[in-house]
Amino acid sequence: MREAFDQWNFVIAAYAVGVIGTALMIAWAWLTMRRAEQRRDESRKR
Amino acid sequence: MATVHSPRIKAKHQRLVLLVIALAVVLLAGLLAAWALRSQASYFYVPSEIVAKPPEADRFVRLGGMVEKGSLKTAPDGVTIRFVVGDGKSRVPVSFSGIVPSLFVEGSGVVAEGRMQPGGTFKADNLLAKHDENYVPREMQNMTQAQARKVVAETQ
Amino acid sequence: MHGFANPARFLRLARWLTPLCLLPGIAIAAVALAYGLIWAPADRLMGDTVRILFLHVPAAWLGMAGWMTIAGASVTELVWRHPLAAIAARAAAVPGAVFTALCLATGSIWGRPTWGTWWVWDGRLTSMLVLLFLYFGYIALSDVARRDGGNGRVAAIFGIVGAINVPIINRSVVWWNSLHQPPSITMGKSAIDAAFLWPLLAAAFGFTLIFAGVVLMRMRAILAEAQAEARLRRKAFAADEAAEAFGGFA
Repeated sequence: MREAFDQWNFVIAAYAVGVIGTALMIAWAWLTMRRAEQRRDESRKR
Repeated sequence: MATVHSPRIKAKHQRLVLLVIALAVVLLAGLLAAWALRSQASYFYVPSEIVAKPPEADRFVRLGGMVEKGSLKTAPDGVTIRFVVGDGKSRVPVSFSGIVPSLFVEGSGVVAEGRMQPGGTFKADNLLAKHDENYVPREMQNMTQAQARKVVAETQ
Repeated sequence: MHGFANPARFLRLARWLTPLCLLPGIAIAAVALAYGLIWAPADRLMGDTVRILFLHVPAAWLGMAGWMTIAGASVTELVWRHPLAAIAARAAAVPGAVFTALCLATGSIWGRPTWGTWWVWDGRLTSMLVLLFLYFGYIALSDVARRDGGNGRVAAIFGIVGAINVPIINRSVVWWNSLHQPPSITMGKSAIDAAFLWPLLAAAFGFTLIFAGVVLMRMRAILAEAQAEARLRRKAFAADEAAEAFGGFA
């Protein structure tokens, strides 16, 4: 007996994990950078 | 100018030399440890190791090698399969009842988990398929003959 | 090299380098992944699951490249006392850890339909998991150093010593029998057919640009935090001075 999977389920799962993970990392880096730079610029103004 | 800078440059060189020495020592230690682990860290034994030093009958071991072409037979019960695992030097017959992974085919790599039987047959509880390093599109299957030979040569 | 020690100069450069890395990186990676998902051929043995290659391999490379970035920047930090090097080392930690985790996750998803198992404790998989834990250790160490105002030298040394794991990952499939296959791409030759190799290299290039862009953003964030903190401290100090002078006068 041989295991029979729908291979596409695994491909889609791997791509979802990879793309969502990368997107979250970029978004997090972007947001933390924006917030930190705004905070610095405000501290400069005051 | 030079006299002003020389103490700083000297300190920098000292740090660099110290760091290089420390790195070399750590690298050496790591490589030694890895070398010492050489046999213990292996995930499986190849057939020639199993034949040269047969493990005790009840000991759980993993056997890895190539599924010999033409050796795969299905028993009349339809669930039990028999095949021969070889590494080019030695051959070990294997029996297994259960579901095989989809990549398990003749001429490809396999890792069998189980125990040696007194008769010299390896009774596997579980099979894992081992992929080789070649990635070939389906349309180019005519190339696989030469590649299969190369793969067998490389696993020895 | 110390020309870049000036944060203002670095920030000017980083401000236009960030989108220059990030946007082409996202575009190239997206095209390469779309190609891999839709047009790449199926493998003779693995079938369609071979498409995971285009995600798994760049993630593995960048997971290891991330630690080499930490190690290289840490050496620069310790030997040349370059102020930006410490920031670069800290900036590479999170993206490196993310790519290592993605490599492990996609590899696990790939292993189930091909090998027949989600996970095995062979040399390659174990050493890659060790890399992820090294990242966690490094992130914790450098965070503690930053919060306690230390100089982060312990983290730098940890980053350099931990680099020993990278050649072990690379050689693990050669030194030890492992379920993971030996390297497909070695010095100048490749066992990967051109139909898979080119999208793989394109995806790796795209993800490398994304990695560089994320490291730049992290560096800008860490720099901005340090600058804001220094400014606030200076202000508090000035206020203290003023209050003291006033008190002395009264």
